[in-house]
Amino acid sequence: MDRRNDSLDPRETGNPYDSVDATERQTDSSAQVSTSGGPGAHGAGSPQDIPMDTYAAGDSIRQTVGRGRPTETGSYIFPAFDDHHPPEKDLIDDCVHCGFCLPTCPTYVLFGEEMDTPRGRIYLMNKALDEEPMTDNNVRHWDLCLGCMACVTACPSGVQYDKLIEATRAQVERRYERSPQDKAFREMIFQLFPYPNRLRLAAAPLKLYQRFGVGDKLHKAGVMKLLPKRMRAMEALMPMLNEQQDVPEVTQPVGEKRARVGFIKGCVQRVFFSDVNSASVRVLAAEGCEVVAPKLQGCCGALSVHAGREEEFQGFARKLIDAFEGLELDHIIINAAGCGSTLKEYGYLLRDDPEYAERASAFGEKVLDISEFLQELGPVAERHPLPVAAAYHDACHLAHAQGVRKQPRQTLKQIPGMDVREIKEAEICCGSAGIYNMIEPEPATELGDRKARNVLNTGARMIVTSNPGCMLQIQASLKRMGESMPMAHPMEVLDASIRGEPVESLLER
Amino acid sequence: MEHDRLVRTMEAILGPEGVISEREQLRSYECDGLMNYRVIPELVVLPETAEHVQQIVKLCYDEGIPFVARGSGTGLSGGALPVESGVLIVLSRMRKILEVDIPNQRVVVEPGVLNMWVTNEVAEHGYYYAPDPASQLISSIGGNLAENSGGVHCLKYGFTTNHVMGAEIVLPDGTMVNVGGGKAPDAPGYELLGAFVGSEGTLGIATKITLRIVRKPESVRTLLAAFKDTEEAGGAVSGIIGAGIVPAAIEMMDSLCIEAVETAVHPGFPQAGAILIVELDGPKAEVESQFEQTVRICEENNASEIRIAEDDTERALFWKGRKASFAAMGRISNDYYVQDSVVPRTELGKVLKRISEIGEEHGMRVANVFHAGDGNLHPLVLYDNNVPGEAERAEDVAGEIVLTCLEHGGSLTGEHGIGVDKKKYMPKMFATEDLDTFQLLRCAFDPHQICNPGKVLPTPRLCGERPGPFRMHPVQKAGLAENF
Repeated sequence: MDRRNDSLDPRETGNPYDSVDATERQTDSSAQVSTSGGPGAHGAGSPQDIPMDTYAAGDSIRQTVGRGRPTETGSYIFPAFDDHHPPEKDLIDDCVHCGFCLPTCPTYVLFGEEMDTPRGRIYLMNKALDEEPMTDNNVRHWDLCLGCMACVTACPSGVQYDKLIEATRAQVERRYERSPQDKAFREMIFQLFPYPNRLRLAAAPLKLYQRFGVGDKLHKAGVMKLLPKRMRAMEALMPMLNEQQDVPEVTQPVGEKRARVGFIKGCVQRVFFSDVNSASVRVLAAEGCEVVAPKLQGCCGALSVHAGREEEFQGFARKLIDAFEGLELDHIIINAAGCGSTLKEYGYLLRDDPEYAERASAFGEKVLDISEFLQELGPVAERHPLPVAAAYHDACHLAHAQGVRKQPRQTLKQIPGMDVREIKEAEICCGSAGIYNMIEPEPATELGDRKARNVLNTGARMIVTSNPGCMLQIQASLKRMGESMPMAHPMEVLDASIRGEPVESLLER
Repeated sequence: MEHDRLVRTMEAILGPEGVISEREQLRSYECDGLMNYRVIPELVVLPETAEHVQQIVKLCYDEGIPFVARGSGTGLSGGALPVESGVLIVLSRMRKILEVDIPNQRVVVEPGVLNMWVTNEVAEHGYYYAPDPASQLISSIGGNLAENSGGVHCLKYGFTTNHVMGAEIVLPDGTMVNVGGGKAPDAPGYELLGAFVGSEGTLGIATKITLRIVRKPESVRTLLAAFKDTEEAGGAVSGIIGAGIVPAAIEMMDSLCIEAVETAVHPGFPQAGAILIVELDGPKAEVESQFEQTVRICEENNASEIRIAEDDTERALFWKGRKASFAAMGRISNDYYVQDSVVPRTELGKVLKRISEIGEEHGMRVANVFHAGDGNLHPLVLYDNNVPGEAERAEDVAGEIVLTCLEHGGSLTGEHGIGVDKKKYMPKMFATEDLDTFQLLRCAFDPHQICNPGKVLPTPRLCGERPGPFRMHPVQKAGLAENF
């Protein structure tokens, strides 16, 4: 290491620069500047808002770098991946390491290091594919990905990061031994959230808990601090429960029938935000749709597939396909962003299933997000004015995963009096990300607070967004900051407008 | 210093969250934007303040440990390639905009601040930061400074060096100095800032950078002109510049490039042997009169079609086509090898002709997209890595192109830097005495050769450094051993 004894003056020797050095051609095939993108490339789908007052993260930075992190299990799995759909080499090779994905990656925004970026995670996948084992380290970095797909929007080379991370997560879930607590917590989530009935049962005591302000009292007494941080995160996220209302199996259109559509009720949406479903169905009917919402429909499996629980997902998906088959629908409509992006990919996700592959693609092709569908259909029902400034928050699984940005904004702008405000750093995830805010509460909280600050800075009176997870997340952050703001799904806003309700019906909730 | 003690010492400075020492994590840093060269560093450190940087560098100096600075890791010449048994100092956590001084048209930033953030920060006041490398969304100001980055609009506004007013620098011995940087534009004494900008991280690490911002032009007009071939388009370029017009940008694309771009982003470019995109900006009256002149010059050079952007949307579409051109190559070829040579504008026609001959001689396709105004070429040699031998042939073709450019009085690089990738060509461009002089300057800053060693200058034999590309050892290839 010590070079101080080397002579420094090149004039001491004859012609030292003629020497051959280490920059000759190298033949390692994986190291070419290659394929469909260029290191200097840019242009495609570049983000409009980029974090400016970016700061190094708070405590969450310790989740990812440095020795002695708490989650280590000492695992060493080699080879890292088995033969059942490892992340595809071809898709990995599409990445030319240009780095355009970095500034919109929420974990890069927080941590400012390479391993927690799409480029870095793909690099780790590539290494794990042929050289390196699966260890606590690379699993940690893959785990910390929110799956927001902002990188897919930003990538000029068309890298399909969504497929890569899903494949990797399935491998991790199958092969990596998580610590017992981690395993138990994940199991608890997946025994609860995808099952509306269980969720409803679990929510019943919650309602009492809220009615009597138990949470606030416990907070005051400092008892909450004794709970494990993940349980605390869950508690903080729980919404106030309203009376639940189910949507009818068939709803007739108002006026002339323009389409016959299926309606997916979701899980969290159905239990915690049943108003959104009712509003959606009323809007669809008002726009001339016959709405069919099969009684026996379960979870779409989005949470499972995003967490790498492949078999569990496939079970959910098959059942949902069965529930909607033979109904002769023009489209299948979903109002939750996270579910929608998975539903549209059913064909790819069930490609190995000889019995379901074709049916899954047929199903997936019919799926549309509700605002996407309404804009395609064109408005007929009269819109009454709603004079209010509303900040529209892009749910990642709507904007990045489905490319649906314009339609919900148009939906809102078609309402007279509506002042739609843009949120700074719109491309950056709010930290909700499915079950992420329960599994990784520290980074999620920092992202949530950042989003909440940006929302408050718009000066809007309410927030409108298309995903239940985002609502819970932003609400929790606002509460932590001692603020509050009414929230609504675009369909609740549109429903209020069509029904001619006063703007207070949205603001006083 | 043995590894564990080094890790502990760094942890004492930065805390555990600022030190990366585990193998899988270190591998994420083994290359920058250029993946052809890879070296696993001994340690990666993530300082958050200038004082951190100073302490790290001082430690390296005292212990004789080589170090390399890295920003966003988007460089295309391997400038941030780590050194074996060295420390990689990553500045991506130093990303605060420290001061915005609109009346004096200056902004003070930390090195990890991204290029685009500077413009975003001052846009509301009607200003912007002029150097616009294609990677402006992600490349850091520290990296721009090290590489003296350019961009499509540098023809008129100059490179990074014209926009850096001062810097706080940690020298390779750990001393912290300020060069330039006062509110008054000029200072007596040696122009150290000029030596530092573009030194590719070999003279020290900038920890605070003062940038000049410029007023947004009153008017911008853009046209797209199609020509039979690159020679006629080149004639138009010479005509425009010769008429005393300084466009904000003149970009040329050849037919192969147009084809790729059309497939990828459908900007609706005309089918032609070459197209030019010319943008003028400035006071309205001046832009209007020069724009008419530009149109006339294009017509005189037999432009088959001239399109004038009617609004911002159309203008954006022209640029979308231009800026997507590298990415679009993937649509017509599996792989490509990009060069960054510069030739005198007057030699453009001859060099382009020779480039296409070289391609034909080797049976390879070469696409051209470049900053025509200042002769900065980006020839893209297309090849398929799955065909044995093609990668080597592509590199040969690229090498011949570089040498051709040098023969015509050109330079090795316009904006990507020499780094590790092009240093072997340095003796072709410079005499031994020139290189020795460079080396003397470098030794004055870095007497122990610990600051980004093995970059820019071809390594003199006596230095005993062994940086370079990753090569798999035969024993490793046979699966008998892990990395050595």
